[in-house]
Amino acid sequence: MAIELKMPALSPTMEEGTLAKWLVKEGDEVSSGDILAEIETDKATMEFEAVDEGVISKIIVAEGTDGVAVGAVIAEMTGEDEEEAASSVPSPAPEASPKPEPEPSPEIAQPVPAAPVSRADDPAVPEGTTMTSITVREALRDAMAEEMRTDDSVFVMGEEVAEYQGAYKVTQGLLDEFGSKRVIDTPITEHGFAGIGAGAAMGGLKPIVEFMTFNFAMQAIDQIINSAAKTNYMSGGQMRCPIVFRGPNGAASRVGAQHSQNYGPWYAGVPGLIVMAPYDAADAKGLLKAAIRCPDPVVFLENELLYGRSFEIPDLDDYVLPIGKARIMREGADVTIVSYSIGVGLALEAADTLAGEGIDAEVIDLRTLRPLDTETVLQSLAKTNRLVVAEEGWPTCSIASEIIAVCMEEGFDDLDAPVARVTNEDVPLPYAANLEKAALIDSDRIIAAAKKVCYR
Amino acid sequence: MAKSPQKASSKAKAPAKRPAKRPIKRTSKVTPKKAPARNSSRLPVLKTPIYKASKTELMDFYEQMLLIRRFEEKAGQLYGLGLIGGFCHLYIGQEAVVTGLQSAIEPGKDSVITGYRDHGHMLACGIDPNIVMAELTGRASGISKGKGGSMHMFSVEHGFYGGHGIVGAQVSLGTGLAFGHKYKEDGGVCLAYFGDGASNQGQVYESFNMAELWKLPVIFVIENNQYAMGTSVNRSSSEDQLYRRGESFRIPGVQVDGMDVLAVRGAVEEALKYVRAGKGPVLMELKTYRYRGHSMSDPAKYRSRDEVQDVREKSDPIERLKAMLMKQGVKEEDLKALDKKVRKTVLEAADFAEESPEPELSELYTDVLVGQY
Repeated sequence: MAIELKMPALSPTMEEGTLAKWLVKEGDEVSSGDILAEIETDKATMEFEAVDEGVISKIIVAEGTDGVAVGAVIAEMTGEDEEEAASSVPSPAPEASPKPEPEPSPEIAQPVPAAPVSRADDPAVPEGTTMTSITVREALRDAMAEEMRTDDSVFVMGEEVAEYQGAYKVTQGLLDEFGSKRVIDTPITEHGFAGIGAGAAMGGLKPIVEFMTFNFAMQAIDQIINSAAKTNYMSGGQMRCPIVFRGPNGAASRVGAQHSQNYGPWYAGVPGLIVMAPYDAADAKGLLKAAIRCPDPVVFLENELLYGRSFEIPDLDDYVLPIGKARIMREGADVTIVSYSIGVGLALEAADTLAGEGIDAEVIDLRTLRPLDTETVLQSLAKTNRLVVAEEGWPTCSIASEIIAVCMEEGFDDLDAPVARVTNEDVPLPYAANLEKAALIDSDRIIAAAKKVCYR
Repeated sequence: MAKSPQKASSKAKAPAKRPAKRPIKRTSKVTPKKAPARNSSRLPVLKTPIYKASKTELMDFYEQMLLIRRFEEKAGQLYGLGLIGGFCHLYIGQEAVVTGLQSAIEPGKDSVITGYRDHGHMLACGIDPNIVMAELTGRASGISKGKGGSMHMFSVEHGFYGGHGIVGAQVSLGTGLAFGHKYKEDGGVCLAYFGDGASNQGQVYESFNMAELWKLPVIFVIENNQYAMGTSVNRSSSEDQLYRRGESFRIPGVQVDGMDVLAVRGAVEEALKYVRAGKGPVLMELKTYRYRGHSMSDPAKYRSRDEVQDVREKSDPIERLKAMLMKQGVKEEDLKALDKKVRKTVLEAADFAEESPEPELSELYTDVLVGQY
């Protein structure tokens, strides 16, 4: 019984090719690995090797023939062992080969929404709970320490996190309490230690990888996106990567273009990641605890300018916040201001001023940038009918752009004015004090935008 | 003043210096040269004995290598039929490396990670060929439900952590797996495989540094198949003796004939002893050769047909073992029977991979995140 030799596909895109040259003739004995022919694709000339042993019985397509379709029989051979030869003919002919045309499927066109999940709310703070004033820096440290006390598989690694007590003192005291096995100083090698952290997470640990700033995480972004974010999907759900990448993000103060950038929109665009950017101390603590417990990889964006600010935080034992839930910071009826991270403070300032001018602004802190709590944003829009997004970051392809798109797609009928975005200027951040100030978002610009959408 | 004696001594060593450039044709290099003795005073020297295998072990090695080769030949064939799409990197020619190394580790305790030329590693980890082949054809029964493809396959159950598509990324990840072994004190060692091409990536050296600094239980395995896609080692590497690439991190290196399964097994046993003793990482350079192109769409015009043919004839790891087995009195028909058995396994895998249905469309949205938020 003859084995049919078919025109092979030699690249992901090849549909037909030229049979340039036969290197065997009828009657030749061939063994697996022998080169049978040369085939020209649109890109290159490739060699076609024998897989089976046997004798070439018939050459069907002569050399020099152009436009030979992939799958066409080009020669026949008889197998060395008839029984084996018979079985080695690929069972379904390529014409009938199971390559179903991708039908235009409605299921694909319209993403199937995930099963409705009952959304967790912030933990109730019982009446009479004492409030303590702590800095964002302390809140972050406490979150790590509490989680490390309850779970041995949690550890912290990064530059200067241990003996130096943290470049921004966020990990202060952790080395003393947990020792050098769990609080690990790394060399200045972001790419390498992000990969080591991701590998440790794949092996079952729960690493917290601190980047001295997210600007330096650019060196490691391949490991964050290609390794950490995609593993669960690519493995069909069998290999996880429960890791937290954390550190300061966004503009600091007079540190120039290479050290002042908001990566929120970068990471928020990546399926497989959770992205958080808290504003105050309570959220910093509650969200970081949630991030450490999260079975998915989390990018946790802090802000250097907020580290030293103090906020009231409920004195509760295990204060963990839900992931993917925005927070209404101030209720209002006339206009919604959506923001996150340091922008929330500016939005609140703006709302105070607007109140004095008779505009009642609602302020929403997104808290999690992926998944975005669009429900809370749209509910607020339905109430106020006017919306401003305030973001300490560039305007193009920003979180603001995303919120605007969501308002267009899902809240169009509620809009009484086009949504406005207030962002940094679209330039690398300059060093000169006056230029830096001019480039960054401030509350005056938010006020102006809010008035504009209120037609005031 | 102090300079001249140094100069004199370096001149005295001059004859030992290798010529800077060699012609591209270098098939004889598959067999390693004797390691130069430089720096040996500073770094531990690991032995590389030839493993003394029993006849059963030899037959096992033979079967394992044959399974990988036949599987890869079949994969190449299925690619030609359009049943496998995208990129497909075959392991043909390199079978002795993974067979020798994997035979020495402890399943269930040690971990393995590699790049995208990963089919052979999975088979050597004992993963069912059916679900590997079904992943290549992108079917629901594939090991990643058809969502990973040839380059992205994983089996936590078998200690196989992928299957990574970015050149060199697996070296940092493997170092992280080793970090986990040490952290958990589970006695495990990670084998982190990468190629001569990946050995020029920066993160590899970042990982070397931390692995030695923290004495992590990892064996860095460079499968030097001579070509990073189309660029020969000599055209890409200022130090082409890749086993020496760990020296500045104080990582001992050994160079091994990767076409000889017994040399591979012998060398890795010594490496494992060193690493399991808590002394830190070892770098192994396995000199090997791939017969096929870098991927299925690589015409491999950067080397001559003669070069490939020469390696096949003189150094083929399977033929070499076959000759050894026959010398020990194993009958040709027994080997034929084994070949038949392996072919049957592979054919069944191919049939399984062709007949399995494609993933349900609903799978598009699963496994993006573990939690629900």
